[in-house]
Amino acid sequence: MSVVTLDHVTLRIGTRKVLADVSFNIEAGEFIGVLGPNGAGKTTLMRAILGLLGPESGSVKVFGLKPHRGNPVIGYLPQLRTVLPDLRVRGRDFIASSLNGERWGLPSVNQHDRGMIEETLDAVGARDLAARPLSDMSGGERQRLLLAQALIGSPKLLLLDEPLISLDARHQEVVIDVVHKVCRERKITVLFSAHELNQLLGTLDRVLYLGSGQAVLGPVDEVVTAPVLSRLYGTDIQVLRTDGHIFVMSRGRDVERTDHLHDHGHGHGHEHGHEHHH
Amino acid sequence: MFAYEFMTNAFAAAGIVAVVSGLVGYFLVMRGQTFAGHALSHIGFAGATGAGLIGLAPLWGLLAFTLAAGIVMGVLSERISNRDVAIGVVLALALGFGLLFLHYYTSFATQATALLFGNVLAVDHTMIATLAMLGVITLAALAAIMRPLIFASLQPELAEAKGVPLRFVSTAFLAIVALAVSACAQIVGVLLVFTLMVGPPAAAQRVTTGLWSGLFVSALLALAEAWLGLTMAFYTDWPVSFCIALLSALAYFATLPARTAHVHAAG
Repeated sequence: MSVVTLDHVTLRIGTRKVLADVSFNIEAGEFIGVLGPNGAGKTTLMRAILGLLGPESGSVKVFGLKPHRGNPVIGYLPQLRTVLPDLRVRGRDFIASSLNGERWGLPSVNQHDRGMIEETLDAVGARDLAARPLSDMSGGERQRLLLAQALIGSPKLLLLDEPLISLDARHQEVVIDVVHKVCRERKITVLFSAHELNQLLGTLDRVLYLGSGQAVLGPVDEVVTAPVLSRLYGTDIQVLRTDGHIFVMSRGRDVERTDHLHDHGHGHGHEHGHEHHH
Repeated sequence: MFAYEFMTNAFAAAGIVAVVSGLVGYFLVMRGQTFAGHALSHIGFAGATGAGLIGLAPLWGLLAFTLAAGIVMGVLSERISNRDVAIGVVLALALGFGLLFLHYYTSFATQATALLFGNVLAVDHTMIATLAMLGVITLAALAAIMRPLIFASLQPELAEAKGVPLRFVSTAFLAIVALAVSACAQIVGVLLVFTLMVGPPAAAQRVTTGLWSGLFVSALLALAEAWLGLTMAFYTDWPVSFCIALLSALAYFATLPARTAHVHAAG
């Protein structure tokens, strides 16, 4: 049984068809790199898998069933959006807030929960983050903390929405390595969305490239080609391969690198109400 | 001091209100919604004076307007409820309406100071009972939503994915804030709600990072400020609300250094 199956799915947000008549299967244990320009549908796709957005037509199946909110089998690392000012909550309390956080009543963390938190923090090498306040953590440390949180409860499917944003190259590598190692050990299926392909080249099994309402899933060599990407980007694309790296160019400009810089160049401290739809 | 009934009444009323304010205010500070709390009390002012105009007790007008405003803010989605300018414009308008209602009922003017700055020394047994009831309802509701409230405040996107009804939780919380603000305004007045609902929690969060310790310190600090303020007012003859405001500010600024003592991580 495939982990995620899309069958002629159309996903609409407002007046826009983010994905139109898209079909593909993701198999168990695969590490899928989800790529595409802004607005291509990366976040929207994840929201559909999480049960937050129903398809306008077609069907989405997760482990053979219709998606529903709060599915314990899915671990989720949302895209970095607003950060509350002055977040002095300690790492382990931050994670504890998400354990059973959807249930009503007073918060309580029992011994078993505490053990689970320590165990996943260990697994991602973030043991030392448990007692530190979030405001004292770097971007990379915070992502590792969020990753630990996403792994609690032994999910079988992990959705990571642009986990590399605002991380420097070194931290990006650390995050990719940790995800790869843990998910291979625990046989977790991973959807890892990013803007640039090169860092993921050594880790991913297949790439899911989104654009212009379409989605193409397959090995890198089949998907990252000029004809396929030109169709997805809606413009003339050249693909340059050199020294184990791949560059997606349009008119001499690296579309992957510059496209997202333009959109995420707002920096921190900008308004809460800003929605990035992918 | 306690030989006087008006003082024991004042201590009882202020005690109830301080604990409720400290606990509810803790989440206002956590969620960065202190200005919304401030706005609710000002909007309530129009309700209070309007109620007086039609012959009802001001507290009910206060409750009605703050609840309505809180629910509207919650339902209009979090983006609107955090927009300072829009909130500021509405609260200024509400104060204007409050003034208008006062204007049509000039014998009400003596009560204006009480509404704006509180009149805890005129509290009677009925008021204490009402405040106690309000307090119980407020805290019970807060306890019921506390888990999803914290989750949604810290990680809204993940909370949504896990099935937390974000809009309902926000709206319910603002309704709880409305109740707490109405109670608090009976003691320190609509203008000084910050002293008990924001000062103590903000100080508490600078001093401790855990949830339960933060809530405990916040409530305790608010209680101490309220009761010490009353005592100070009794012996100096200064207005009670001034004393409480002074203590609240002192406590808050005293904790400012605690923050810079944190070691920041490298990289």
